Amino acid sequence: MTAWLNVILQGVLIGGLYAMFAAGLSLIFGVMRLVNIAHGDLIVLAAYVALMVTETLGIGPLTSLLLVVPAMAIIGYALQRLLLNRTLGDDLLPPLLVTFGLSIIIQNGLLEFFTADSRKLQAGAIEIQTFQVMQGVWVGLLPLIQFIVAVAVIAGLQLLFYRSALGRAFRATSDDQAVAQLMGLDTRHVFAMAMALSLAVIAIAGVFLAVRTNFDPAIGPARLIFGFEAVIIGGLGSMWGTLVGGIILGVSQAIGAQIDPGWQLLAGHIVFLAILAVRPQGLFPKVSG
Amino acid sequence: MSPIKIRVEHATVSSRIGVAIIAVVLVVLALAPFWGDRQMLRLLAEIFTFVALASLWNLLAGYAGLVSVGQQAFVGLGGYLLFALVILAGVHPIAAILIAGPIGALVAVPVAALIFRLRGAYFAIGTWVVAEVFRLLASQISVLGGGSGISLPAAMVISMAPTRQLREFEIYWLALALTVAVLGAIVALLRSRHGLALTAIRDNEMAAQSCGIGVARIKFIVYVLTAFGTAMIGALIFLQKLRISPDTAFSVNDWTAFVIFITVIGGIGRVEGPIIGTIIFFVMRQTLADLGSLYLLMMGAVAIVVMLWAPQGLWGLIAQRFGWQALPLQRHLVLAAKTEEPGGIP
Repeated sequence: MTAWLNVILQGVLIGGLYAMFAAGLSLIFGVMRLVNIAHGDLIVLAAYVALMVTETLGIGPLTSLLLVVPAMAIIGYALQRLLLNRTLGDDLLPPLLVTFGLSIIIQNGLLEFFTADSRKLQAGAIEIQTFQVMQGVWVGLLPLIQFIVAVAVIAGLQLLFYRSALGRAFRATSDDQAVAQLMGLDTRHVFAMAMALSLAVIAIAGVFLAVRTNFDPAIGPARLIFGFEAVIIGGLGSMWGTLVGGIILGVSQAIGAQIDPGWQLLAGHIVFLAILAVRPQGLFPKVSG
Repeated sequence: MSPIKIRVEHATVSSRIGVAIIAVVLVVLALAPFWGDRQMLRLLAEIFTFVALASLWNLLAGYAGLVSVGQQAFVGLGGYLLFALVILAGVHPIAAILIAGPIGALVAVPVAALIFRLRGAYFAIGTWVVAEVFRLLASQISVLGGGSGISLPAAMVISMAPTRQLREFEIYWLALALTVAVLGAIVALLRSRHGLALTAIRDNEMAAQSCGIGVARIKFIVYVLTAFGTAMIGALIFLQKLRISPDTAFSVNDWTAFVIFITVIGGIGRVEGPIIGTIIFFVMRQTLADLGSLYLLMMGAVAIVVMLWAPQGLWGLIAQRFGWQALPLQRHLVLAAKTEEPGGIP
């Protein structure tokens, strides 16, 4: 019994990480109806940036966040302003194919630069610290911190969206681009800010991923798929729904892994497909796709 | 008043030249075993399979508007069906290829029912998820090698033909025949009423719907037909490779990234596009030494540049500039009025 409680608890905690993968994706889709296929590879890029920062400056991964987050935000702003803004429009093909091309470029660029060696960021003793919640159930400190940060990030994004001027700009542009421009918003700037924010969240997610597990240039697409599944399960356009979606995905994978280690990923995918079959709009939808 | 007779003409000067060139090229290619060496035959067979895969993807994405980054699901499915039928049921490899098609189409039906609930880019990622599920399921099947894969038994390969040279000729002609069949089917489809509907959907989906075209139904049928063709090509690819594993069978890079880049660079939404794109792709691959990941990087960059500044691709640019077509697919309305009384409508 406690074994299953343990399993579910671990699933919930990693669900927070998946929710962070998904939050950036959900944000961009909400504001500009763009699905960034390079999202997973950008997470891996953030991990490698953190690797470079920690190696050259000799600081810990969590401290490196102070540098990595702004760096990725700037990259996001430039990416949107210079490249992705050109793809936005009614046609479905350009943003999809351009972000797909970007995904391949990032993967192979990282492969050329860093080789296919598996890397990991060392966070020190915090990685293996655990504390006991109750009889037979332990919680790792790092996963708990990641979960709390994930919830905080999503709460922060909600606050930003609904209580700040930038959030008003996001919502206005999302509702009607043309009228938002009439109201004086520079939509190119708004989109770029949305992408910058998304990449900032990606940076946090990437560093957490790098501390938690090994990473190499090829693991990007799998992160994209987890984020995507979390978004669809939770429902498009809802941040808290994305958190729930991530948790459901994490728990499914944990239960699958407990039944048979080879079933971990498959269990997550099957739960996703089942929810897609039964309730395609997700659990808490706000925006129609 | 006399009725104005109209008829639809498909051929133009350029298409007549194009068809003639294609006919000559096909004859030359059919005789390739007599003028080419082993490497040339393998290269040509690889080119054929990419032309077929890209043409099918073009039908799906360029005409029906279903951008799938998960076609590797059916390539791998075809490959695994070949190995399963040959190893477990003792079916002749060529028969297995022909069986893989209908089974692929059958599998595509529930898959389509599921992922058609998603739209646009989410649909694209959904197809990727399906491919991942297929890959994970394949690595669970231990009788077909599980995660490390399996090779085709020598006895079954030898049963195809008595000598190795004859076997290679057989596989080559099979590749050529399958590719010609796929392209022929695509051209036939586009010449038909359904092709007209598809072309309308390609140009403007909403307008097509308002003309009464059943867009959802046509998309479903195109998805299933594409899965049919892709599964057969997948089976052929792995017959040539003689070995399969989940990672190679369901590889995004090999079966989707290259196919997408080929189609985008050659010209999406036109039948000639994938053919041109494949030629460019292989010329680049042969002339540029094996740069590995740098090569993929360059292709990605070229694809992005093409998508942003020349979204109609190379053949699209040519067709727009000169109005050429290599295959008789256009539809010209020709008025041929006949008057029976003087002073009638000229």
